[in-house]
Order: sequence, then structure tokens, then C-alpha cells
Amino acid sequence: MINFGYTIATTRVVNIDNCDFEKLHELEALVPSFKRCMNCGACTATCSAQQFIPFNIRKIKSLFQEAQYDKLSKELEKCMLCGKCTLVCPRGISLRPAIMNMRKILSVK
Amino acid sequence: MLYYFHPFVLPFTLGAIVLFGLCIWKYVRWFKQFDRLQRAVIRKNIFSWRILAAIWESFREGILHIRISRKNLVLGYMHRSIAFGWFLLIVVGFIESHLTPTVNDSHPFWLAIFYRYFMHSHGNFPGAHILTTIMDVLLLYVLSGILMAVIKKIYSRALGMKKATKHVVFDRFAKASLWCIFPLRLLSESLSATIYHNGGFFTQFVGDLIPLDFALTFETTSWLLYSVALGTFFVSLPFSRYMHIFTEIMLIFFREWGVREKKERTGYTMYELSACSRCGMCIDNCPLNKELNVNNVQSVYFLRDLRYKKNKPEIADNCLLCARCASDCPVNIDLMAIRQQERNKRDLDTAGNYSYLDNVQPFNALGRVGYFGGCMSHLTPGITESMKAIFEAAGQRYWFMDEDRSICCGRPLQQQGFNQQAADLRRKITEHIKKSKITMLITSCPICYQTFKKDYKLNIPVVHHTEYINQLIQKGRIKLRKDDLKTVYHDPCELGRGCGIYKDPRQVLKATTHLVKAKQEGEDSLCCGINLGDSLIDIDQQKKIRDAAVENLMYKKPDMIATACPMCKKAFVHSTTLPVKDIAEIVRENMIPNTTAQTNPKKA
Repeated sequence: MINFGYTIATTRVVNIDNCDFEKLHELEALVPSFKRCMNCGACTATCSAQQFIPFNIRKIKSLFQEAQYDKLSKELEKCMLCGKCTLVCPRGISLRPAIMNMRKILSVK
Repeated sequence: MLYYFHPFVLPFTLGAIVLFGLCIWKYVRWFKQFDRLQRAVIRKNIFSWRILAAIWESFREGILHIRISRKNLVLGYMHRSIAFGWFLLIVVGFIESHLTPTVNDSHPFWLAIFYRYFMHSHGNFPGAHILTTIMDVLLLYVLSGILMAVIKKIYSRALGMKKATKHVVFDRFAKASLWCIFPLRLLSESLSATIYHNGGFFTQFVGDLIPLDFALTFETTSWLLYSVALGTFFVSLPFSRYMHIFTEIMLIFFREWGVREKKERTGYTMYELSACSRCGMCIDNCPLNKELNVNNVQSVYFLRDLRYKKNKPEIADNCLLCARCASDCPVNIDLMAIRQQERNKRDLDTAGNYSYLDNVQPFNALGRVGYFGGCMSHLTPGITESMKAIFEAAGQRYWFMDEDRSICCGRPLQQQGFNQQAADLRRKITEHIKKSKITMLITSCPICYQTFKKDYKLNIPVVHHTEYINQLIQKGRIKLRKDDLKTVYHDPCELGRGCGIYKDPRQVLKATTHLVKAKQEGEDSLCCGINLGDSLIDIDQQKKIRDAAVENLMYKKPDMIATACPMCKKAFVHSTTLPVKDIAEIVRENMIPNTTAQTNPKKA
């Protein structure tokens, strides 16, 4: 295939009926502000880790909300917990605690 | 020996034996849990001059309670009267009983305690009357302390404490037995004085009011109750908060020998936990208590739960790590270190997450100073820009380490108990710094500063930019004009209480503006609330804490708020109409362009 330098995004259709939202509910109970997200991406733009590698905290958040937990645990380990995302969040979401709690919830098998 | 014996001495004697047995058993057990380095440091320093410092501090703090008096005179009096008074009662009682000629020359150790029961006259030695009087004065001194403790129990505000500690049932039981000891001693001595006329000015006065029949009937009972109160207190001591009496002294010695808290819990932590007297000095000033009315997370409760193994993660996590309690603690327990130990994330704390940092290009900065802005300074570009301008004005060649891409210093991970991951980041940054061969590291963020100073081993001077700017001013490398804006300085927790930097920022500000005082500052400054320590409170709660901190700064109606931490700056900007500036920004604005500095090699 010709390399255009960009690709068509792979399909991300999620059948919500087949999803298990237990972990999301657990997170929302621990960090209620998580629901307030408006997907602006300020967190990702400011992220320290993102400056080194493709690391997208907004995407992680979206995947978590869609109950797509595969590989998230590995991805979250890249975070340095510096807290910049929490400081810039226009919706005042406790993102740093949310990341820690996501790590915790995902580590429970 | 049996001449001076009555069965009522048994509760006291057995209690004392149990007390010392248990204490020694506990201390030996905890000492075995010290780690290798802690033992090595004790071996090194055990016979040094530090032991004199330790003895002096034990007397000052274990008995005279100087630190608590500095915070609150009345509370200081209360603690001192009980500790110092009781200590002197023991010492003078011991002297008195040993000076008295006795049958068979026997001096069982309980003789001093039950002296007035066994000795029916003032001791037959010169000065016996004086000692009797001193003993009465001391008893009154202790009783005055007990009275104050009772008042504090009923209405703590009378003694300047808004909130007193809520004790567990067992502590209350131990306290009740302690409170009984001295009134019972007064009663027993007075009853004996009624019969034998051997009392001092006060016990004899009370004794004379008591009818002889009553005294004859109840004398032994009263002495028995006194002995039981003592015995009960002694037995409950090792399990209650009163364990601090001896443990604080042990702690002072270990600290003086150079033992410090580690990242993991050790035997030293056990000593610290038991050295907490649960006085509650940490409660009133805790921002979580003051602004949010959260009443179960303060250090006193945290340490207590830890000691009784009832600790819950939500208690350890709910703390801003502002260290206000640590500066208020009269025992100087390393509260922040213990809090971070308990946050240990264990299984979540996986190694090797940050391999992506390996391809950071090394930079040869030979002959330059390193400047580390830190993550937070990237959110306040005014600070980093100002620092660049200051470096240039001073003619200082510098290397802005994290200009394009910021690496976290590791302290935020450390604060949340990710020890391995934090060590990982530290290792990577240390390598990066060593390769660059810089001669000095300047940071703008107090969070980074604290960890660079305490956790890294860099072998080069690490300074905060306020210290650095102060040096530049002292050496005349930058010239400043002075404006007459009234400026108040907010002490960031990590810089002030964390690293003890109070002087440099103020000297810089005095050189450029008119510095005014905040209501509470220095060691007593308030936390800005928007920090990384607490992972449980949400933004609205943080804002409440921040607003209180701003309120505190408005005391002298300043025109400008100055701070030295990007996070504090970001916190305050949204809460006040006044300009909020970092010291670097203020210095940059007031810098007189100085061409001579760059060309003058002597000053460079």
C-alpha cells in the first residue's frame, strides 16, 4: 500500500450492549468529576509524556468510558503523574486522581 | 526491708515492673526492625558529642515542653506542670527518702512513693522541713496542671485549642487513671497528716480539716487507691498514648544520632508512631479541618490508626502534604515521610515504564549552569521567560534543561507512593544531568527543588531561583530599581516548610518592592490548596482552601501578591483581582539594563 503519511482511522464502532461498564461506574464513584469531561483535549496538549511518545490521555479517557479496557493498563503506565493535565482542565476534573484510580481498577483482575 | 511493707504497695510495684518490662520488650523489638543504614549511622554516632545535645533536648522537650510553649503558653504550662512537676516529685521524693535514716537502713523503691505513710515524722535529717514544703509545692504544681487538663477536656477553647483530639476509649481510661493519681496522693498524704502530723504546709492544712476518726478508718484505703491508680496507669501506659513519655526521649536520641525516616516503614517509624502524644496541636491549623471540616485525617488520627493497625488508605491519601502539622508538631515527628510511606502503591508501582525517556539526547553544557523549569513552570511561561532574561542580564551562560520537553522530577509519583517509578525518573534525570557536566542546578519549582535537594545525589549545588537571584543581587550582577508597590509574599509549602527557604525570597523582594506582612507567614503560612499532595479532594474543595490562603495574604491590603512557586501562582491568579507574580517576574520587570555586568569578568 502506498504510504501517504496518514491513514484512514480504523473503525471504532463499539456495541455498547456488549460492554461491561462496571469498571467505569467504579471510577465514577471514586472520581465523580470524571463525568464532566467535554473532550476538549487540553490535557493531552499539555501532557509531559505526550511530548516524548504518542500518549493520548483524552483517548484513554474515551476508551475507558466506552469500556474498552484492553491494553489501557499498559498505556497508563507511561504517565508521570506530574499533574499538569489536572491544572489545565477547564472542567476542573481531578484527572490525576482519575489516572491513579484507573490504574488501580484495571490492575484488579 | 519488710519493715516498710504493706500489701497496698503491690499494685504500684507490679505496675512498675509490667511497665518497664513491656517498654523494654517493645523497644528491643522495634530496634531489631531498623534497617542496615540506620544501624550503621547509630554505631557511628553513638559515642559522639551529639549525645549531650540529645540529653539537653530530652530535658527541654520531654520535660520542659519548650516547643509547645512557643506555640501556646497556656498549653505549654499545662504539659510542663504535669511532666516537670511529676519528674521533680520523683526526684525530690527519692532524695527525701534516701536522706531519712531508716530501720535496718532499708530503702525499698516504693518508700519514696508512700513516704508519708511509713514515716510518721518529718525525716530526721537537717532540712527535712524544707523538703516537705517543696514536695507540697510540687504536688500543687502538678494539681494545677491536672485542673487545666480537666478544663481543657470540658472547654478546650479556654486553653486556646479550637478542637481537641477525640480520644479512643482506652486512652480515656488511661487518662482517667492519670488524673486520679494526684488528687488521691493529696488525699492520702492529708489523711496521714491528720494522724501523724507529718504533712507539709498544704497537706497538713487539708489534714487538719479532716476528723481523726475518718482518717483512721480510711487512711489505708486511700493509700491503696493511690497505689491502684498508679498501677493502672503504669499497665495501660505502653498501650495508650502515654507511651510517648519514654518513646519521645528514645526518638530524640535516635534523631540526634542521625537516624531518619526511609521510604519504607522501619522500626524507627514505630518509635515515631508511639512518640505521638496525641496532643492535637496538628488539628486546628490543618487546612482540611479549617476549610473543609474534614475531621478524621489529621496526623494525630493518622498516626493513631497506624499504631493500632486500623489504617485505611483513604486516610493516608487525604492530605495536602503541606507540612503545616509537621511544623506545629511539638515532638517533631516526620509526619510527611510517614504519610508517604503509607501511600505505597506496591503492586501498581511497576518498574520500567519510562523507557521512552532513554532517547533524550545528551547535551554538553560544560561551563554552564543548568536551569530546570519543571512541569508546572511550563504552565506559567512568565516564570521561565523571566529566568532566561535574568540569566542573560547577569551574563550567565545557562542550559535550559527542559525547554522543549519537560521530564517530571519524580516527586509527584513519590508523593503518591510510586517509589520505584519515582526512582526510575530520578535515575534518568540524574544521568542526563551528569552527562551535561553542569556546575549548578537552578529550579523554578519548589516541588522539583525539594526532591533535587533531598532525594537526588547530584554532587552539585542545587538552588531555587529565589536563592539564585538573591546571590546575583548580593554579587551585584544584576541591578534592580525599587518600586513602592505594597507586595505580600506567599511562602510555598514545599519551599518554606519543605526546604526552610524563607529568607532569600524576602531579601529579593525587599530589594525591589515594599514588602508587607501576611497574617500568617513563614512556618505558619497557609497552603494554596491547588497542589499534588491530595488525591481525594476535588477542585471545589481545593478552591475553598485557596480562598482562605488569599484571605490570609490580604491582611495589610497589598497591591500585589508575590510567590515563588508556579503552582501557587496558578492557584491565586484565578482567585483575586490583584496581580499575582512570581519573584522572577518581579525581578525581571524591575531590572535596570546593566551592560557592565556582562563585560566585567571579575564579577562573572
